[in-house]
Amino acid sequence: MAEPILEIDHLQVDFRTDEGVVHAVDDVSLTLAAGEVLAVVGESGSGKTVTAMSLLGLNRSPNATFRGSARYRGQELLTASEDELRAIRGAEMAMIFQDPMTSLNPVQRIGDQIAEQILAHEKLTKAQVRDRVVELMERVGIPRAAERARAYPHEFSGGMRQRVMIALALSCSPSVLIADEPTTALDVTIQAQILERLKELKDETGTAIILVTHDLGVVADIADRIAVMYGGRIVEQGTTDEIFYDPQHPYTWGLLGSITRIDRDRAERLPSIAGLPPSLLDPPKGCHFRARCPHEFARCSEVPPLEDRGAGHPDRCWLTLEEKRARRLVDGEIGLVEPSPRGLGLHCENSPEAPSRRVGEHR
Amino acid sequence: MSGNGAPLLEVEHVKQYFPVKSGVLIDRTVANVHAVDDVTFSLREGETLGLVGESGCGKTTLSRTVLRLLDSTSGRIRFRGADITRANRRAMRPYRREMQMVFQDPFASLNPRKRVAQILGAPLRQRGVSGGDVDREARDLLDRVGLRREHINRYPHEFSGGQRQRIGIARALAMNPKLVVLDEPVSALDVSIQAQIINLLEELQDSLGLTYLFVAHDLSVVRHVSDRIAVMYLGKIMELSPAANLYDKPIHPYTQALLSAIPIPDPRENRSRRRIVVSGEPPNPIQPPPGCVFHTRCPRATEVCRTVVPPLTEYANGHLAACHHPLNVTPEEIAASSISDASPQTAGQVKPDYVPAGEGGDEQAPGADGTPAAQA
Repeated sequence: MAEPILEIDHLQVDFRTDEGVVHAVDDVSLTLAAGEVLAVVGESGSGKTVTAMSLLGLNRSPNATFRGSARYRGQELLTASEDELRAIRGAEMAMIFQDPMTSLNPVQRIGDQIAEQILAHEKLTKAQVRDRVVELMERVGIPRAAERARAYPHEFSGGMRQRVMIALALSCSPSVLIADEPTTALDVTIQAQILERLKELKDETGTAIILVTHDLGVVADIADRIAVMYGGRIVEQGTTDEIFYDPQHPYTWGLLGSITRIDRDRAERLPSIAGLPPSLLDPPKGCHFRARCPHEFARCSEVPPLEDRGAGHPDRCWLTLEEKRARRLVDGEIGLVEPSPRGLGLHCENSPEAPSRRVGEHR
Repeated sequence: MSGNGAPLLEVEHVKQYFPVKSGVLIDRTVANVHAVDDVTFSLREGETLGLVGESGCGKTTLSRTVLRLLDSTSGRIRFRGADITRANRRAMRPYRREMQMVFQDPFASLNPRKRVAQILGAPLRQRGVSGGDVDREARDLLDRVGLRREHINRYPHEFSGGQRQRIGIARALAMNPKLVVLDEPVSALDVSIQAQIINLLEELQDSLGLTYLFVAHDLSVVRHVSDRIAVMYLGKIMELSPAANLYDKPIHPYTQALLSAIPIPDPRENRSRRRIVVSGEPPNPIQPPPGCVFHTRCPRATEVCRTVVPPLTEYANGHLAACHHPLNVTPEEIAASSISDASPQTAGQVKPDYVPAGEGGDEQAPGADGTPAAQA
């Protein structure tokens, strides 16, 4: 693997709220090499978006505290000043936001929005900027780009707006692209087009991509490595093949087991993960997945460190490699066994505690 | 899930157009949005029909039209044999009770100012339950959908998304419905919660004998729950077939494109798969393209597709597809097929022709009726 261009060490993000301190991100360490696609996978509230936003200083506030370190080519990001960040944002690291409907300025022409970003980082003449805008729009697959640059966001469909977002993100040829659920709001045929385009762009320009998503199908399609997040922590990290074919953490088993697939016959019952994600205001002691895990045992009240337990990639589960390999198979497939047979209505969210209020929740 | 009962809901040639108006003093209708354009299908008691398509294809409009939440432009809707197409409010009331809906967004579909007891109590009283029975039945309903009986006095904001969707389901069940229309019931939920809700819906169907119209854009979820699946595109049904057939042997190129666009959550299979990525976007439903509505994006389109609306053709197993150049069928199967009654009224009457698999639209496929393909 090449030299990492982005290194995150023991990142911890806390938010003070009226109800107490929310530990949104807890001890997250990641590296990203040039030209690599790293997928950060998890449910809403698992801390994946907060991690991504922290890199660009987008969630700084008086109520937020950041600990640990995040370095882009050696430069510390968590303590960087606004001016330093402004030089990095867009030019070195760019972000594609989840919702293409709300992240564009509705009263400014598409071309002007892209031009604004280019001019913030480079000194070019009007004509040069115009050419660059049209070229970018063509590159992301917007037809009749010269004409469409004069259109407003509402004249674009969802898929086209997402292409504009990608064009914006690529406008200054960043080395790192953070894509937060880039295709979640799109139809499948459009999603396929956008993913193809992202793959091509990565191969052409060598941009590294951090893909934040909950869709394991998308991950299988495009990612080189995967970090699985749960309750603010990375519970498992490895190459795409390691995570899909040799998953070590019970949460990953549950995630892989509960997805519906178009290429398989229907099972009688879809394996599900019982219960709800933990509240990050008052997370369980020890392993955060404990309350939902059928394999829980005494040791789980201690926080398991993220380390390689013999599988070749690190995870946060106290079970031994042999125990994991034996227990993760449910009817020959990877999945999470459902604890004790339960009748109708009892198999679900029966947690007596108040509902989890989740930080960074978005739909 | 059996789905061999009598037809519960019959929808015949239903159209739903929305007028586009313009004018200063007098509104003139200048165009129509063809949201649902001549759709025919039926739902048998106890079965689940999946209705899939991209956003804007008319699937939600169709589901609202069959519930009479919208008045159809033309066509006929029968519920348990009775024609309800133009039934007035009073006449609809006994049927309303039997058809309920679960909405997509569990955050917007529950009144934030009402407690669960009130949310569930209103439909129960409507049904004639009174006094202490309301509270008891409401608690039973919570139990049934997997919530705790003590949650009855909570407000919606005290629940998570998955729990709220359970309240929405309980509210629909309060009326003892026969038919439940599920409009994207899990797409707003996290993956691990989706599985819980899908399992709950299947258990309820088994124990209460419910009939589902399951509207979704996610073909993998639909595969899991449906007995039959209808694929819609731009207001029309492209293909309707038993669930397994649709995935093993898609006949319509649009269905194949949809299936192929879904990434499989398995890296090795994903790499080995040959994917067909259709270009472009769905056309404007105000001016749907003539002929087959999919021809603008279809890799197999020829001249006949641009001019003649393809009839819904019935192949073996009750597999319907509206395509002039069907996939995955042999010449014998085409010969044995017949044009279905569900076919749109404007459709041509000519059976599809045989195009060998793997041949795209570059190749000139002659029109089935001998129409010269070169005419523009």
